[in-house]
Amino acid sequence: MSYAVETRDLTRIFAGKKKRRRKAEEEVDESVGPVTALDNVSLKIEEGELFGMLGPNGAGKTTLIKILATLLLPTSGQALVAGHDVTKDPFPIRQVINMVSGGETSGYGLLTARENIWMFSQFYGVPSKVSKGRIDELMHIFGLWDKRNAKVRMLSTGQRQKMNMIRGFVTDPDILFLDEPTLGLDVNAARVIREYVTNWVRGQKGKTVLLTTHYMAEADQMCDRIAIIDKGKILACDTPENLKRMIRTETTFRLEVDAIRDLTTFSTMQGVKNFSHKDDIAKNRSFLTFILEDEGPVAEILSTITLQGKKVHSLQKSEPTLEDVFISMVGRGFE
Amino acid sequence: MSEAKARRSDLRYRIGLNLRAVKGRSYPRIVGANREPSWIFFEAFLPLLGIAAYVFVYQFFGGQALAAITTKTTAAPWGMCGHDPCANAAAQAAAAAAVGANTNALVASVVLGGTMVAFWLNVLWSMASQLYWEKEIGNLQLYMMAPMNRMALLGGMAVGGMVMTSMRAISTLVAGVLVFGVIFQVASPLMLLAVFFATLIALYGLGMMFASLYLLWGREAWNLSALMEEPIFFSSGFYFPLGGLLRIPGWGPAIAIAGSFIPASLGLDALRQLTLGSTAFGSNFWIFDVTTELEILVGMAVLFLILARYCLAYLETLAKREGKLTSRHQ
Repeated sequence: MSYAVETRDLTRIFAGKKKRRRKAEEEVDESVGPVTALDNVSLKIEEGELFGMLGPNGAGKTTLIKILATLLLPTSGQALVAGHDVTKDPFPIRQVINMVSGGETSGYGLLTARENIWMFSQFYGVPSKVSKGRIDELMHIFGLWDKRNAKVRMLSTGQRQKMNMIRGFVTDPDILFLDEPTLGLDVNAARVIREYVTNWVRGQKGKTVLLTTHYMAEADQMCDRIAIIDKGKILACDTPENLKRMIRTETTFRLEVDAIRDLTTFSTMQGVKNFSHKDDIAKNRSFLTFILEDEGPVAEILSTITLQGKKVHSLQKSEPTLEDVFISMVGRGFE
Repeated sequence: MSEAKARRSDLRYRIGLNLRAVKGRSYPRIVGANREPSWIFFEAFLPLLGIAAYVFVYQFFGGQALAAITTKTTAAPWGMCGHDPCANAAAQAAAAAAVGANTNALVASVVLGGTMVAFWLNVLWSMASQLYWEKEIGNLQLYMMAPMNRMALLGGMAVGGMVMTSMRAISTLVAGVLVFGVIFQVASPLMLLAVFFATLIALYGLGMMFASLYLLWGREAWNLSALMEEPIFFSSGFYFPLGGLLRIPGWGPAIAIAGSFIPASLGLDALRQLTLGSTAFGSNFWIFDVTTELEILVGMAVLFLILARYCLAYLETLAKREGKLTSRHQ
C-alpha cells in the first residue's frame, strides 16, 4: 500500500517568546514558554483517501499541514509526502501538492479573479492555455463565472474563498491540503465546496485530500477516516462510524437549561464519564452535553440543576456524534 | 503519481517552470500596477516637483554667474571670467557658453537622477520589503509551497518592477526634457544601454538580497527603508554629480566612496558621462571613466545576485525552522 502522507513521531515545538506589556504603569517582560504544537504524531494517509483532522483551535492541525506542505520544519520525527521527506526532498513534493486555507486573503487586489488564479498556476508551470481552460471550467462549477473579471478586492469573502479553492485545484494536485476551507462561508458556498471536493477525490484515481476542520458534520459527511487531535496529540483515528461506535455503549444526553455557573458537581458525579457546556449569553441559557455510562445519573443531574434554582428547558437523548467522541476523550467540547 | 513525477523533473520542465514563474510574478506589477491612473500623479507628476526644486536652484546660480560675465564695468569692460576680468569679447563669450553648458549639465544631472530615484524607491519599497508584505497578505506561504525556484520569484518581482518603473522613469525624463529644456548628447547609445541595464540588474540584485534579510527583520524593515531614502539620495549623488563630493576635503570622499556601494551611484555617473559628454563640468566631477564603471557594475550585479541566492536559501531554512514564513496565521 502506498501512502500519500506518512508521519513518524512528528514533533514540532515553537520556541518561547518574550512579550513586553504594560502592567500597572510598569513595563514588564513576560516569557511565554515553548509550545508543543505537535507531539509525536504518527499517521498514515492512503492514496485516494479523503482524510479529516478534527480538533479545536490550537490543536495542531494547521501546524501539521504546514509541515506537510514544506512550509515548516519539524523539530523531530519524519514526515513523508508522496514518498518524499519534507525536510530533505521538498521539490517533488511541491510539484504534486497544493493547499487552501479558510479566510485566506492571498492574491493582488488590482488583478481580476481570473488573473490571480492564472498567476498562481504559473508557479507550478501549468501552460497558460491549459490553465485558462481549467480556470473557466472551475469558475462555472464554483459559480464564480460572473465574477471572473472582477478585481479581487471587489469580491465578497465567500467569492474570495471560492477563488482560493479554484487556485488549489487549477494545478491539478495529487494531494490537496484543505485547512478549514469552509470557515466563515454561507451554507450554499460551503455545500458547493464540500460536494466538489468529495467528487474530486471519489471521481479520480490517486487524488488525496487532507482536510482539517472543526465542523463535526463536515468531517462526518465527507471523510473516509478522521483523526481526532488535541494539544498536538492524535487521540483516535478511524472511520467516522467506528469512532462513533467507540462510545455507542455510552449514553449521550443534551440539556438546555437556564444559565448555570456551578459545574463542579457534575465532574465528580458517579456515572458521568464526561461532559461539556456552552453558554448562550443572549438567551441566558446553557447547553450541556453529558456522556454517561448508562441512564442512571440522569435523575441526579436534573435534581442538581433544579436545586440551583435553574429551569430545565429541554432534555434529549441522542445518537453519538463526533463531538461526543471528542468530549468523551478530552472532557470538553470544541468551543 | 510516480510516473507523473518522473515526467516533471527534467531540466526542460524546470526551465519552463521558472520562466513561467517569472512571467506570472511580473504580471501584477506590469499590468496590475498600471490599472490605477493615479500613478501618473503620484509617480510622474510629484517627482517632477522634487526635480523642479533642484533645477530652479541650479538655474538661479547659472543666472547669477552669467550676469557676472555679462555685466560690464570700468574695471572689467568684458565682464568677469571667474575671479578675473575677461580679457576680451571672445573670452567673455567662451565663459558665458561654459556657464550655459554647466547649467544644462547640472539640470540634466538632476533630471537623470530623478529618474533613477524612481528605480531606487522601487527597489526599497517594492523589492526589499516585498517578501515581508507578501507574508502579511498571505501570499508568501503560497509562493514558498510552489515548486518554482525562489530566484524565479524574486526575478519576476524584479522584472516587473523594472518594466513598471521604466515607464514611470521615462515619463519623468520626457517631462523633465520638455519642461526644463534639457539637452542630452548621446554619443554611444549601445554603451548607454549596457550601463543602464547593468545598473538596473545590480540595483535589483541588491534589492533581491535585501528582500531575504527583510523577511527575518519583519516590521523593523520599514524603518530601514525609510532610513535609506534621503541619505542615499545624497551619498549617491542623485541630484548632483557625485564626483563633486570628492573635491570636498575630509568627509566628502568618504561619503562618495560609501555611496558608491549602491549601484545607482556609479550607474548615474556613467549615464551622465554618456549623455552629457565626459568633458562636461570640465571633466572634474566624474568618479571613474565609463568603461571602469561598467565593469564595476557588472561585478556588482553578479555579486549581488549570488549573495541574494544564498541569503534567500539560508533565510528560508531559518524562517522555516523558526516558523516565520507563515507566522501570520500561527
